[in-house]
Amino acid sequence: MNANLAAIYARASVRMKAAFRERSWVIGDTLFPFLAMSAFVLVYRGLRAPREYEGFVVLGGAMIAYWNNVLWGMASQFFWEKEQGQLQLYLITPVSRMSILLGMALGGIVMTTSRALTILIGGMLIFHVSFPLAKALPAFGLFLLTLGAAYSLGMILSSLFLLWGREVWHTATLLQEPIYLLSGFYFPVSAMGLVIAAGASLLPVTLGLDGIRQVFYGPAAHGLVPLRFIPPIQVALTAGFLYLAHRALRFMEELGKREGRLTLRGD
Amino acid sequence: MIGSSAAIQTHGLTRVFHARQKAGEVRALRDVALTVHRGECFGLLGPNGAGKSTLIKILTTLLLPTSGSALVAGFDVVRAPLEVRRRINLVSGGDSSGYGILTVRETLHLFSQFYGIPGPLARRRAADLMDVTGLSEKANTRLSSLSTGMRQKLNFARGFMSDPEIIFLDEPTLGLDVEASRDVREFIARWIRERPERTVLLTTHYMAEADELCGRVAIIDHGVILALDTPSALKRTVPAEPAFEFQVSATGQPLDPLREIRGVRSVSHHAHPGTGAVELRVVVDEDDVIGEVLGRLKALERSVIHLTKMEPTLETVFIHHVGRGLTDEENEQDGELS
Repeated sequence: MNANLAAIYARASVRMKAAFRERSWVIGDTLFPFLAMSAFVLVYRGLRAPREYEGFVVLGGAMIAYWNNVLWGMASQFFWEKEQGQLQLYLITPVSRMSILLGMALGGIVMTTSRALTILIGGMLIFHVSFPLAKALPAFGLFLLTLGAAYSLGMILSSLFLLWGREVWHTATLLQEPIYLLSGFYFPVSAMGLVIAAGASLLPVTLGLDGIRQVFYGPAAHGLVPLRFIPPIQVALTAGFLYLAHRALRFMEELGKREGRLTLRGD
Repeated sequence: MIGSSAAIQTHGLTRVFHARQKAGEVRALRDVALTVHRGECFGLLGPNGAGKSTLIKILTTLLLPTSGSALVAGFDVVRAPLEVRRRINLVSGGDSSGYGILTVRETLHLFSQFYGIPGPLARRRAADLMDVTGLSEKANTRLSSLSTGMRQKLNFARGFMSDPEIIFLDEPTLGLDVEASRDVREFIARWIRERPERTVLLTTHYMAEADELCGRVAIIDHGVILALDTPSALKRTVPAEPAFEFQVSATGQPLDPLREIRGVRSVSHHAHPGTGAVELRVVVDEDDVIGEVLGRLKALERSVIHLTKMEPTLETVFIHHVGRGLTDEENEQDGELS
């Protein structure tokens, strides 16, 4: 097997084995996020908002899981490998850094999908949120395009973690809530006004969520970007982000090698 | 690729680190010219901060040189790092590899996959390596349950999973107990014996380790190679004064008259803490003088229990070139600034 494909599979299998062997994440990664999502559903219900809003929240709650996996399950992983002193073991291998990252991402998707499904199914069973079944397939297609763009963006971010791990870690933690806000996880992004919403739509998750809500709820979704534009934009973002990630990872690795900080712990 | 019998070749290799928080720079390597032949086990000896790890990091494509060039397996480490990586592996002593959630067997398999090793071959190789490193019984044990020594052995085995053309062993026995260190040394010796075309570059603090394993040794300090040759040739370069160590009986007359013998340069002695016997070190101008020393000991009613002629060791060579022994007081900069 090609070394890059083997690396993707091998690295993904670590995550999958971890998911099945240590099940403590089930509570932290599914139950608690469900509670956070429930709070927003109850707020909309208390305000007697249209039922679609409860659907927005459930979809947003499911999508947060993937964004968290992009950021903390993939992008930041080179930083953690460096801190554990084994980044060099990856960097001396002849495989692409992107295949290692992709393996981490795919492996993490098992846990992430469990969390997302818990929120979706829980939302449907407990809050009686419904999604038109006939729209499920196009929504799923758009969801996959969104994942492609989001994980490609994560690869760019991983290049920052590769070199400036601690600083980027702090920055990402600091920006977590603002990004949750800008992504419109719990409300239609158009509510933020055209300028802010348009800027926020550069985040693939924001754009994808906007599109998926439009697929399910039509005009009631208060979409920002016309639905027909969203798939090609996501494809373009994926291609652009992948190209940039390839360049960025290479640049950061070279910079790290030049500055002597590539495998320096505590940096 | 440049056709050559050299596994590693450096020319004018220099690495300068610029301190971030304080003014100035650190020259970790200065104009290093080195050739390691294919099939050779080459030792690199130096105190902490000598530049050993910096050199290894450059050769394993983890660091760029400031100037000069380095070829590994015939490929330039700067221009063709991928080709270099296909042919090398690295074991750093004191480090561990893998994840607590994985078993020993799974960890070895994981790292083999980054080299595209087919599954059946990877499994066979993992079994062999676990066998020779004494990890077979722990094959299905999670890393989180392994002792530090076992994790180091696993890290060591990981380095050999790709069956590299050139392996860099950076203090491979650091922190291991005596028995585990011996196992590791035996494994290296066997690996070299069974694969005469493979190359080992070994850095170590332990002189005896280098003496036992390496065909040639370089002594490096402050980024400069001070000496390079076979261990025996290096020992011959040290101006040696014949020295003898005796163990003599505790009872008898005082040993001071030994100093009066013509040709005896110095005499020192102390009581052995366990047996009470006297351990005596005599340095002479020529070996012949020792006959008279033995006669004088008999006259002083001291029976000789043991007599050894002291030969120069790599430690002696090291001290001769570096001006001090190996100590742990300085923290290795690990090839990078902190």
